[in-house]
Amino acid sequence: MDYFIELFCSGLTRGSIYALIALGYTMVYGIIGLINFAHGEIYMIGAFTSFIVATVLSIYGFPLAAIVVVAGVAAAIWSSAYGYTVEKIAYKPLRHAPRLAPLISAIGMSILLQNYVLLAQTSDFLPFPELIPEFAFMEPIAHIIGSSDIVILLTTTVVMLALTFLIKFTRIGKAMRATAQDRTMALLVGINVDRVISATFIIGSALAAIGGLLIASHIGQINFAIGFIAGIKAFTAAVLGGIVYSGSCSGEPDSGPDRKFCHRLYFQ
Amino acid sequence: MITVKEVKRSLLVSLWFVFLTFPLMVIKVNPYERTVSWRWSNMVYVAIGTFVISLLAKAWFVRKERRMARQQDSCHARIPIIQRILQRPGYRYPLAAFLLGAVLAFPHLFSTYQANIMTTALMYIVLGLGLNIVVGVAGLLDLGYVAFYAVGAYSYALLNLHFGLGFWTVLPVGGLLAALFGVLLGFPVLRLRGDYLAIVTLGFGEIIRLILENWNAFSKGPSGISNIPRPGFFGLEMSLDQAMIYMYYLMIGLLLVTIFVVNRLQDSRLGRAWLALREDEIACQAMGIDKTRTKLIAFSLGAFWAGLIGVIFAAKTTFVNPASFTFMESAIILSIVVLGGMGSIVGVILGALILVLLPEYLRALSEYRMLAFGAILVAMMIFKPEGLIANVRRIYCYQGRKSNTALKNDE
Amino acid sequence: MMNKSILVVSGLTMDFGGIRALDRLDLDVGPKEIVALIGPNGAGKTTFFNCLTGIYLPSDGDIRLVSPQTGRGSRLNGLKPNKITKKGVARTFQNIRLFSQMTVLENVMIGRHCRTSSLIMGAILRTRKTRKEEQETIDKSYDILEKVGLSEQANEFASSLSYGAQRRLEIGRALATEPFLLLLDEPAAGMNPQETADLVTLILQIRDEGHAILLIEHDMKLVMTLSDRIFVMDYGKKIAQGTPAEIRVNRAVIKAYLGEDVGPDNA
Ligand SMILES: Nc1ncnc2c1ncn2[C@@H]1O[C@H](COP(=O)(O)OP(=O)(O)OP(=O)(O)O)[C@@H](O)[C@H]1O
Ligand SMILES: [Mg+2]
Repeated sequence: MDYFIELFCSGLTRGSIYALIALGYTMVYGIIGLINFAHGEIYMIGAFTSFIVATVLSIYGFPLAAIVVVAGVAAAIWSSAYGYTVEKIAYKPLRHAPRLAPLISAIGMSILLQNYVLLAQTSDFLPFPELIPEFAFMEPIAHIIGSSDIVILLTTTVVMLALTFLIKFTRIGKAMRATAQDRTMALLVGINVDRVISATFIIGSALAAIGGLLIASHIGQINFAIGFIAGIKAFTAAVLGGIVYSGSCSGEPDSGPDRKFCHRLYFQ
Repeated sequence: MITVKEVKRSLLVSLWFVFLTFPLMVIKVNPYERTVSWRWSNMVYVAIGTFVISLLAKAWFVRKERRMARQQDSCHARIPIIQRILQRPGYRYPLAAFLLGAVLAFPHLFSTYQANIMTTALMYIVLGLGLNIVVGVAGLLDLGYVAFYAVGAYSYALLNLHFGLGFWTVLPVGGLLAALFGVLLGFPVLRLRGDYLAIVTLGFGEIIRLILENWNAFSKGPSGISNIPRPGFFGLEMSLDQAMIYMYYLMIGLLLVTIFVVNRLQDSRLGRAWLALREDEIACQAMGIDKTRTKLIAFSLGAFWAGLIGVIFAAKTTFVNPASFTFMESAIILSIVVLGGMGSIVGVILGALILVLLPEYLRALSEYRMLAFGAILVAMMIFKPEGLIANVRRIYCYQGRKSNTALKNDE
Repeated sequence: MMNKSILVVSGLTMDFGGIRALDRLDLDVGPKEIVALIGPNGAGKTTFFNCLTGIYLPSDGDIRLVSPQTGRGSRLNGLKPNKITKKGVARTFQNIRLFSQMTVLENVMIGRHCRTSSLIMGAILRTRKTRKEEQETIDKSYDILEKVGLSEQANEFASSLSYGAQRRLEIGRALATEPFLLLLDEPAAGMNPQETADLVTLILQIRDEGHAILLIEHDMKLVMTLSDRIFVMDYGKKIAQGTPAEIRVNRAVIKAYLGEDVGPDNA
């Protein structure tokens, strides 16, 4: 029984991280109807950036809390920047191109980014610094659920709540929902669709970066190829959970747990 | 042509990229020795590189816009020069004869090593032509094409290992087995929308590879199967060099057959239906085309060719293991089709030659090969989505009643 | 009348989630008849066509087709679109759906697909049968292009045609499937008066060749001159049916189109 619970918890942990990545897929798919193959790479870049920043800071002797915060923020910033740039370069010029064009361009971007990181950094697996300490108060149940599991679950829950709030109550969220339903109509009522699409990529990428940071510190190592596999898994999860935008992001109270459950079922 | 405004814009772009690439290009940490190296020179390269690329891209778009404007004035579509040459029968046949001569003499003019590389290129051309039916003509994005290639290769390796079957027996069997896999996969999957099809085929490719990697009893796992015999020639003993050259001619033969068949298929009732399907599925169905069946035929035909080349691949390298059948392989074949121009046979040939031979001859750049692949795919889609050679439509001749009555009037 | 009809629709209902786009609709078309289906925007006319041609699966009701040649009847519900086309029902689309990257002639040749049969082996070996079939396809397609007045542009891309010509090409493509019932979804939309006049001639010619025509159209002048009978829909329901003269003075129709208080002379 303990074993089952342990499995359940670790499944839940991983599932919730993949949910963060999957959200990026769903958001982009909802808005422009494209499977963003490069999304897995954005996640990988997030993990790499946080790795680099965290290692540099730890070499220069910063305290752990500062490292965690700075690495997380840096990962989110740079991932978003990459997501934004990828959209501008590879997808925006192809909005009115034939159906296959943006998809192939996305695959190209994915290969490009992977090899860019490979060449700029290394092809080896790198040890990711342990950012989440073992909490003393977790001692009694440590054999069932680790500290990092708790932290991950808490973080993803908070992030998802924040996203739900954003989509449901803010101006940009409303604009996003409108664009997802009917882009032409959104354009006609004066929504800056380009900006909405950019925002979608930025938010999705930031989520992926947080996912990247969490997974990397959970597993303890990274490599330039992690994005591809994670991307496929997250995408499958997105499909299982229903890739339709409104279902996953419009903030029905039950969509979060439901989604996680799907992931868990799939990944255990 | 280049205004100050554009230079400013390019400067901004290059600044943005400097920021973007900063952590990955400039910082390099060694987590074991706990050292950091700051590679500031990379920053300069990025700045200059992106500045130049940005200017060039801008210039290209400006030119394209002007050309479009001119085209609308003159109302004449511009046909690329290669196509104009190919279209004229007066040029076409001497050109074909020359090419054939060059191709046949190739192994005798150059070393066996060169012939070997050429054989690889030829294999990719045929793979490209096969995938071209699926992606280029029928518009089905198949990202797991390599799976069928693997089926072909492993069917030769395994049938030979267990039953001692020879190359010529397995060649059609491998093709048919791959086609069968195509039907089995295609039947449930071809109902899906384009992008779902892409992801499912991608998954299928990975599954096949993982099966081959993990099912040791069946496929001998990651270590693969070696000592696969080369193709025989009426029981003749051949040296390694001779076998290579024989392989080369065999591929030439297969390529010619493939070109012939693909050409005829494209220019047929079926080929038209594929094209129509690529453009509008609903209209197609309303015109009485059985969507699933027509797609399935394209899908399994493509798989058939992949299977054939798989068998040849196993025979050529005399060794197969799962590492030869990764997603990257699918991506390369796909980029051949896309680079060449979807649906165009000449385009696919050009695309394959460029993508296979270029990295081969530019060894120094070989580590940038995949980077270039990605960049080319993106750049092609942005700058020239129709590929190097756009497909031109055939002009049909009317021979019905009108000409008959015209004749009668003449009499 | 009823027993001679080639198309009999009874109780056809189509629900999209909560929206009932078609509500127990009855309709029939006789051989060589031009029947018009009219109604305000969103009345469900296109949805009706989509149900007839198998693009939507109706929630309820019955669609029967009787072939005028063989006299045999069959039920269309649940058949795939291509099967229905093969049975002799062809259509055009309200928002033109041509194969824009193919030539005008090829577009029509696609229509011949369901009346020809060569497959892989025929294509590769180019047997005599295939060649004959291919030439026949080309010739018949040319004839059709001649009929719709596009033979001059036969080898141009379909996307290069003018709007009116594209609509005519859609009709030609549908004719190529050799239907006995032709469904036209707003064929005159976006045409200038001259083009519309040509269209009227074309439709009458098609009818005289033996095709029955079911027509959706907002151009009342065209509807009144062409149709033998008119069906009027609103909110998915049939609100009237009859000859043009009857429909012209029907109060329910006038109400649906113009609101409550308008006199009959304004229709
Ligand atoms: N696929 C669909 N899903 C949901 N609702 C639909 C769908 N197709 C049509 N509808 C709804 O059915 C109703 C009828 O639409 P339809 O297109 O048949 O109207 P129409 O009579 O052809 O109008 P128009 O004259 O503007 O062409 C509309 O309210 C439309 O919103
Ligand atoms: Mg309509």
